[in-house]
This record gives sequence, C-alpha cells and structure tokens, in this order.
Amino acid sequence: MAEKKIRVLVAKPGLDGHDRGAKVVARALRDAGMEVIYTGLRQTPEMIAEAALQEDVDVVGLSVLSGAHMALAPRIMELLHANGQTHVKVFIGGIIPDEDLIRLKEMGVTGVYGPGASTDDIIRDIQETVTG
Amino acid sequence: MTTTQSILNGDRLALARLLTKIENNAPEGRDALIELFPHTGKAHLIGVTGAPGTGKSSLVNQLALHYRKVEDKKIAILAVDPSSPFTGGAVLGDRVRMRDLSGDEKVFIRSMATRGSLGGLAQSTANMTQAFDAAGFDMVIVETVGAGQSEVDIARLAHTTLVVEAPGLGDEIQAIKAGILEIADILVVNKGDRPGVENTEKALKSMLELAHPTERIFRHHGVAMKAETPKQNTNKNLWIPPIQRTISTEGVGISELADLIAKHATHLRSGEGWSARERIRLQVEIEALIQESLMNQFRQDTSKEKYDEVFEKVFQRNISPWEAVKMLMNGRLK
Ligand SMILES: Nc1nc2c(ncn2[C@@H]2O[C@H](COP(=O)(O)OP(=O)(O)OP(=O)(O)O)[C@@H](O)[C@H]2O)c(=O)[nH]1
Ligand SMILES: [Mg+2]
Repeated sequence: MAEKKIRVLVAKPGLDGHDRGAKVVARALRDAGMEVIYTGLRQTPEMIAEAALQEDVDVVGLSVLSGAHMALAPRIMELLHANGQTHVKVFIGGIIPDEDLIRLKEMGVTGVYGPGASTDDIIRDIQETVTG
Repeated sequence: MTTTQSILNGDRLALARLLTKIENNAPEGRDALIELFPHTGKAHLIGVTGAPGTGKSSLVNQLALHYRKVEDKKIAILAVDPSSPFTGGAVLGDRVRMRDLSGDEKVFIRSMATRGSLGGLAQSTANMTQAFDAAGFDMVIVETVGAGQSEVDIARLAHTTLVVEAPGLGDEIQAIKAGILEIADILVVNKGDRPGVENTEKALKSMLELAHPTERIFRHHGVAMKAETPKQNTNKNLWIPPIQRTISTEGVGISELADLIAKHATHLRSGEGWSARERIRLQVEIEALIQESLMNQFRQDTSKEKYDEVFEKVFQRNISPWEAVKMLMNGRLK
C-alpha cells in the first residue's frame, strides 16, 4: 500500500566541527516518524543541494553555528531552485541573531529556530508545512 | 516529456522522484517501470551486507571511487537502513561515509529505510535497482545491514554479494549462525589495520572449508534455484568465495576487491550463473506480484461484512479457518 513518509535532509554546513545539535534534531524527527537523511559535518551548499536532489526530500534542515547562515541559506535555496526542487522547504536552526530571523524568512526560509527552540515546535512546523 | 523519456535521458530529478514513487508503491511508479523494463538487464548488481559498523559504507565509497577513477563507470548506490519499529521513522546515515563521491554527475546515492514490511522491502529494492539499471548505471550497489531474512532477500537481487566482516566485533560466530556466509560470493575482511584481522580471516577460512562447495552453490538461492538452475556442479563452474582484506578508510585492498568482483562477473557469464541469477530474481518478483494481485483481488471481491461474518464463525469455533477460507473464496478454491 502507498505509504508516504516525510523525508528530511539534515545537514551541517560551515566549517565548525560540532554536530551535536543537528544529531539531536535528527533523532527527534525520527521519533516523530520522519525519515532523516543525515549527511554529517562540513557540507558545502553544492553537496547539500545534490543530496537533497538524490534523496528527493521534502525538507532541508540546516544546523548553523558559524554565523555564516546569511551567506549559506540563500546559496542553498538558489541551488535547490536551479535543480527544480522549488517545493523543498528549508528550515534553519542555530545561533541566529534576531535581526537575521526576519531577513531569512524574507528570503524564503520556512522556519528559523534559535538555541532555545523546542524540537516539538520544529516537528509540528515541518508536519504542517509538508502535509498541511 | 514523459517520466520514462526523462529517465532514459539521464534526468536526475525525474529519477529521484520515480524512486520515491516506487518506494511509496504509488501507481505512477508501477506505470513507469512497465515502460522502463525493456531498458533493464544491463547493470551489474552488487550487494554489500554485514553486521553494523563493519565498514560497509566506507567500502562502498572506496569501491565507487575506484570505478569512477579507473573504469569511468556510472555508479548507483542504494543504502538501506532499518526503520524504527516503534515510530516508523529512521535516521539514514550512510551518506556520511560517502562524501568523497559528491560533485560527481555519474554517481547517484539514495538512502532508503526498511519501513517494516519484509516482502515489501525486497520488492521496492528490486524495483529501485531496475530504475537505476534503465537510467544507464553500469553498477548498482545495494548496502544492507545485518544478517536477517531481508538481507538474504536482497542478496537474491544481486549478481555478486559481498559479505563484510571486521575484527574485534566478536560477530564472526553470529554471522555464521545466521547463515550469512551462505550468500557470500566474496568475503571482505575490512579494518585490516585493526588487531585481530588474522583471527577473523582464519575463522572465515575454516568456515568456508566446512561448507561443501557444490551444495553451497545449489542452496544459494533456495528452492527455486534447485528447480530451475541448469547443472552447475562441474569443477570448472565452481566458485569458491575468496577472502579479501581491506582498509576502507585508506583505500587499501580496493583494486584487488574490484578485480575479484570483475572475476566473479566473468565467472557467472562464462557459465549459466548470470542467467540463473536473472531467472531467480525475476521469478521472485513475479511471485511476489502474483501474491499481491491475488490479495488485492480478494479484497475487492469480498465485502467487509461477509468477511466479518465468516470470521465471527471461526471465532465462535463453529467453523475452522480453512473452512472459512473456502467460504470466502466462493468456490474458487479447489
Ligand atoms: N580502522 C578502520 N576503521 C574503519 C575502516 N572502515 C571503516 N572504518 C570505520 O568504522 C566505522 C563504521 O564505518 P561505516 O562505513 O559507517 O560502517 P557500516 O558498516 O556502513 O555501518 P552501518 O551502516 O551503521 O552498519 C567508521 O567510524 C569508519 O570510519 C577500516 O578499514 N579501518
Ligand atoms: Mg553504512
């Protein structure tokens, strides 16, 4: 029988070497019944877009600590669109200053989460945007 | 352009979307596969299995790199990981070890969760490899974890099955118990840089000597193989699984392994082996589809009320399950 699952690519762009947060989110999404493709550390925007294409994901989740989100996010969105994946929703979590939150949303990022965000909120938002 | 045309033209997005439809068992997936089927049958299907953490993904990464650099082959990788039985979700992490392959248009990596149903998994894996095959990939490498029935089913898909062992996991005995050696065409002892490799190799060698080679080949694919395989047990057609030591993190032993894989393909092609495996694979697929179709037809033909009524009789011990089936099948059962 047809069985649709939400597929999420969780990636950690940038040069810093911590993926604890990304792993916590990955496990939480799994526990919410999603299929999470975990790609690991130091992913370039090109690597992320390529993986998103091959895996035909519904959502790309980025974990950023390096402060490079303002450069990375639009580049990744541009590549996703160039590949024809206009329906893919981008979520970003990490240490993001308030003024950037709004600008990221204006760029078309679907969800932005600071360090205090709960995984329950992220899960609910993903479920709503993908199936709702 | 139709999905079929796009895929034959090498459109990666169309391929990715078709894989999703196949995985979801959506009707569009099946329709596309009907059109793509005439374009299949060219790829060399390689299964890679073994206990968790033995280095399968690292090995697949190295093998694919080798095929790209040395032979310029187009490589598809299907990496299968278990779904959580409790939540139905999964974390698919094999790509982490395959980052060397990114940026290469002639490599396509797809991760897949087992999603619970065993028969369904074998079916969707078979269909996904067909999609890769039609899309022109020369090699399709399928990675699966463990030593259960699903691995055996998936090994049936492959022309060449690699079983990966590693020292220090204490899993030699376990693998042997689970019969995983029965499906191996090539045994890989990975993590050759770790202490205890010699012991792992020795354990595997003595296991191989215990297994009777002729019988091994005949049991390879279970019952159907016995019925359909032309006689294979002449000495020239006997394949004794070789053991190859590798260090996947450094690429050591990889070109030797690629040579063994090529040798195995030549061996299969020189005898009846290749076509025997093709036959088995297609028979297994047809049988699974027959089961599914009959079941669907049964569901269509039988109202829920009728089913519930008959079931109640069984529950009350008025009739046996066998009589219930006869009733439900409306005389279609002889
Ligand atoms: N020392 C050493 N470590 C290795 C070798 N091959 C793989 N590893 C390491 O073993 C760990 C597991 O490797 P993977 O390639 O993910 O193993 P796997 O069998 O695909 O794992 P699962 O898919 O989780 O079952 C990683 O930390 C690798 O770096 C090797 O030849 N030598
Ligand atoms: Mg793996």
